[in-house]
Amino acid sequence: MIEMMNANYAAARAAKLARVDVTAVYPITPQTSISEKLAEMVQKGEMDAKFMMMESEHSAMSALIGASYVGARTFTATSSHGLALMHEMLMWAVGARRPIVMPVAARTIGGPWNIWGEHHDVITERDTGWLQIFCENNQEVLDTVLMAYRVAEDPEVMLPIMVIEDGFILSHTVDIVDVPEQEKVDRYLPPFKPEYPVDVKNPMRHGGLMMPDWWTEFRYLIYQSQEVARTKLLEAEKEFEAIFGRSYGGMMEYYKCDDADAVLVVAGSAAGTAKEVADRYRAEGKKVGVAKLRVFRPFPAEEVRRLADMTTTIGVFDRSYTYGDGGAMFNEVRSALQSTGSVMKDYVGGLGGRDVTVKFIEWIFDDLLRIAEAGKADRTVEWVGLKDGTGRW
Amino acid sequence: MYKTYKDLPAEPVASQHTEDIMTGTWRTIRPVLNEDKCIRCYMCWKFCPDMSMIVEKEGDYPHVDLDHCKGCGICSNECPRGAIRMERETL
Ligand code: SF4
Ligand code: SF4
Repeated sequence: MIEMMNANYAAARAAKLARVDVTAVYPITPQTSISEKLAEMVQKGEMDAKFMMMESEHSAMSALIGASYVGARTFTATSSHGLALMHEMLMWAVGARRPIVMPVAARTIGGPWNIWGEHHDVITERDTGWLQIFCENNQEVLDTVLMAYRVAEDPEVMLPIMVIEDGFILSHTVDIVDVPEQEKVDRYLPPFKPEYPVDVKNPMRHGGLMMPDWWTEFRYLIYQSQEVARTKLLEAEKEFEAIFGRSYGGMMEYYKCDDADAVLVVAGSAAGTAKEVADRYRAEGKKVGVAKLRVFRPFPAEEVRRLADMTTTIGVFDRSYTYGDGGAMFNEVRSALQSTGSVMKDYVGGLGGRDVTVKFIEWIFDDLLRIAEAGKADRTVEWVGLKDGTGRW
Repeated sequence: MYKTYKDLPAEPVASQHTEDIMTGTWRTIRPVLNEDKCIRCYMCWKFCPDMSMIVEKEGDYPHVDLDHCKGCGICSNECPRGAIRMERETL
């Protein structure tokens, strides 16, 4: 059924459709309305789940780890400082192999205080072992939450997944969303059946001390599961497409990349703007493409390498910055493309809620086309739109 | 026991029972029992936090499971007869 909703409501609706059993939340802007919607649905009896109002995000994640142990399908949402406060438990969820699905309304982290969107919060958590999927629009958020459970709960994966939506840009912007029928979702998503549920009749030790003699091996299993997740993500999307008729290009979507003079790698909602600009440029005969980085963990190195066969010039748009080095996405794309001879440049922008407009993307494409013609980049990193008094922007 | 990572369950659950974990290697001092002083009151058995003071059957002298005893010295401290001396471990 077609409805109008923002990405937060789309995420909450997905949780309901996924028949989530336990949700433990602590509200934080711009995620709050996910929690509110869940509370409302549970209170009205529309959603058959346990709603737990926690005293912090750290507790929310801890509660879900516990609930997941008994076989409950678990859900929460967070953002920014809340995600940072969860950090310890994010790591624990991975080590305990709990398939928790969590939308993150990506937002900057203070100080100074700023509640608006960027990717620094999620990029900071890239090494926790959570799978990370960046969504372009509200429909993708709803669909990805459903796919995420399929992948997370797969016995060969058993890892938590963050479904990332851009704070405010998606979380608070209403768009058309096709809400799938419950019966179809049930067909797509069987109930969660953990291999080792906590059971009083069959006592087992969970999460106890792990000595150095087997620690490496358990970490290796997590590494393996992340690798397996690559195929599982593709399978989940293929089956999703078969039932619901929608798909998102797997790990990386190549939009008009084939014969492009220059391609911009971009994650999240800005990918939509970039595609729009690419269409306009193509109409003018300017050959640009967009590579949407949909899955950031596991990192799609193979898919990134394929870009080298399509184009010579590759720009990466980073909506965060790794201080003391380039943007995180740029650095990872660059290491995947090493020895391919691609000319590369990092574009940093859209920080702390600054809009990524059509004009912004146009500037990047123009710059990339100049680089493609020159055969080399003028600099490695450009903070786009920086008020530096040079008039460059 | 497991031979390679392939034998492990994905979830680190029941991977090793505490009996299998040789925490005795952590010890720097070990309890040594003097049976001449011992009155078999089993206070040491009762207080050992690691269940490492073993009494096979009522009436026996207790003995120490050195595979698991961490050498905390509680048994020695609690013994009303001073029958347990803590001795430094040497290699
Ligand atoms: S507490 Fe002392 S006296 Fe009592 S059983 Fe133990 S060693 Fe013997
Ligand atoms: S030293 Fe500590 S662990 Fe060892 S037997 Fe005595 S009480 Fe138990």
